[in-house]
Amino acid sequence: MADLLAHWDSLPTYLQSTFWILVVTVVLILSVAFTTLWERKVIGWMQLRKGPNRVGSLFGLVPGIFQPFADVIKLLLKEVVIPSASNKWLFRIAPAITLVPAFAAWAVMPLDPALVIADIDAGLLYVLSLTSVGVYGVILAGWATNSKYAFLGAMRSAAQVVAYEIAMGFALVGVVMAAGTLNLGDIIRAQEGGVSNWFFLWLFPLFVVYLIAGVAETNRAPFDVAEGESEIVAGFHVEYSGIAFALFFLAEYANMILISALTAVFFLGGWLSPFEGLLGADSALGAPGFHWLFLKLFFFLTCFMWYRATFPRYRYDQIMRLGWKILIPVTLVWIAVEGLLVYFQVGPWSR
Amino acid sequence: MFVQVLFYAFSAVLIASALGVIVARNPVYSALSLVLAFFTSAALWLLIEAEFLAIVLVLVYVGAVMVLFLFVVMMLDLNTTSLRQGFARYAWLGWLTALAVIVQMVGVFWFRGLGIDATQGAVARSAEVSNTRELGEVLYTQYVYPFELASVVLLVAIVAAITLTMRRRPGLKPQDVAKQVAVRREDRVRLVKGLGPKAKSSGESAASAEEGQS
Amino acid sequence: MNVQSVIKTFLLTELLTGLSVTARTLFRKKVTINYPEERTPQSPRFRGLHALRRYANGEERCIACKLCEAVCPALAITIESDVADDGTRRTTRYDIDLFKCIYCGFCEEACPVDAIVETRIHEYHMENRGENIMTKDKLLAVGERYASLIDADKAADARYR
Repeated sequence: MADLLAHWDSLPTYLQSTFWILVVTVVLILSVAFTTLWERKVIGWMQLRKGPNRVGSLFGLVPGIFQPFADVIKLLLKEVVIPSASNKWLFRIAPAITLVPAFAAWAVMPLDPALVIADIDAGLLYVLSLTSVGVYGVILAGWATNSKYAFLGAMRSAAQVVAYEIAMGFALVGVVMAAGTLNLGDIIRAQEGGVSNWFFLWLFPLFVVYLIAGVAETNRAPFDVAEGESEIVAGFHVEYSGIAFALFFLAEYANMILISALTAVFFLGGWLSPFEGLLGADSALGAPGFHWLFLKLFFFLTCFMWYRATFPRYRYDQIMRLGWKILIPVTLVWIAVEGLLVYFQVGPWSR
Repeated sequence: MFVQVLFYAFSAVLIASALGVIVARNPVYSALSLVLAFFTSAALWLLIEAEFLAIVLVLVYVGAVMVLFLFVVMMLDLNTTSLRQGFARYAWLGWLTALAVIVQMVGVFWFRGLGIDATQGAVARSAEVSNTRELGEVLYTQYVYPFELASVVLLVAIVAAITLTMRRRPGLKPQDVAKQVAVRREDRVRLVKGLGPKAKSSGESAASAEEGQS
Repeated sequence: MNVQSVIKTFLLTELLTGLSVTARTLFRKKVTINYPEERTPQSPRFRGLHALRRYANGEERCIACKLCEAVCPALAITIESDVADDGTRRTTRYDIDLFKCIYCGFCEEACPVDAIVETRIHEYHMENRGENIMTKDKLLAVGERYASLIDADKAADARYR
């Protein structure tokens, strides 16, 4: 084992990075698969149902555990229908364009105190720019399909994402002001020293705004007007079938996981232990590590499903009003308050 | 060596996509080529370790500006034939602009050939220096007045755009969401006694809803 | 908008109330019935697949009165009749189109001799075109196969008739 570790350390960095990129991608795809199952289960439970429980079980414990694999095989075997009036080339590449940013953003995610694939200084900006690029896939899909429903969905999605990106960006400005860095790992390190130092306490309004904007950014319920089954059938992916549709699905869930992880990193101290300072750093519960990030991520991911099971869909003009007239002013006010706190060295800024 | 290969590859893509912007017949393709051009120039900037500028280019231009551009181009459904009508008549203007640009670029290279360094004083910093911090420090000390001026110009542009579009048109009945949200049951429902078929026997009161928008 | 509602809005109280409702439901006992293994109780009056019955001595009940054909709101029943060898009036054709049938049970109600009945069988399918037409033979076969079930259901319902 020690031999293997020594050998591993002697490998060049680009090989190590490639290995971790492969690991993260595969794990991410698998977790997307199980996220779909978890979503169906949670929403089922919230509607007094049991959720999928037919495909396989793990020693009779988790009925339906292999449901995602059944779904994937079904989608792979289905025909990808390309409408004759569509723009064939853009129609084909649109799913890939949605998918790539959702995965690429994980490059700067601090997974563990010792593990970041690319430890870049402008990590936060990188994440922000990639999440905003994801909307191109949606717009292109809607336009290339040459269907009015798809086009309406694409237009709604474009306007919504651009609007909520501003609120999201302002919420992150608050995080950057508190941490004094754009590097995601350093943002976590700035929250060291127990739960009271995590940013969500002092930046609570920004935390809430970020949660809401994150849901809107991923086009999830209650902000899923881009899909809006009752009005525009399925929005931008009406005409997509088979594995092309699965790619959109994959991107949507990968984005959900990404936003959950980012929320954990920005406001809940990422891989920091909540018992830090109470228990020793060498005890099992007190030590920081990937498991804490995973737990926080999992909580926010479940929240996405919780929202979907609870809230009815927003009307389009209400979405715009919420984004422009409420969330952005709230963030601006709190950034001003935070500026005062920093200036007078109140709270965590007294250090 | 590897960096040079990357540089030429990205440059080739950049030139091709820039050509695509002006050559493509479909305006949507033009806009998409522009997006690709922004991406490749961001990649070129990354090669000279200007990561902040590169990422901000993607964030601002690709993430926001071009999305709105595409939005408009797709919505307008431009009639390209009518756009191309005066092409030959105004071609001289285009040629003149192109000539000016060529003269300027030749000038730059020629001066450099003469031994005059136009990039005087620019020194490559080590990779350890965070160029985000450097930019911030220069922007908020040395160039704080130009920076503030630019912000004010942008603010004026925002105010102008809003005043241009926010004119009150007669006959329009937009919904006021704030009022809709603030409505309480008492505002809309009035309980009236002594109406309806069951009124006498049970003393039930019938509700009449007041219709209409606030 | 008064101050109270502004505070209420910004504290997201109504959203939190909604979330708490779904969160509580999450832990409540689920009402799902695992269908093929578990089933919901079925009424003896359940209206499923049709059947034609016989008397205990094996004689067909149907007398080709065509009341069911007349009462059928979906025009799903087609009957042709003739005199049989023993001089009685019998159907030569009794077809029910299951795709037209709306399972209203009027045929059952109209029948003076309790010949046509709707059984509690609801798990059946067709694999080829034309299988949706229940011919007289098929209907009689269903009646013979499930005779005891049909008799028991009729007996259970007889009190209320």
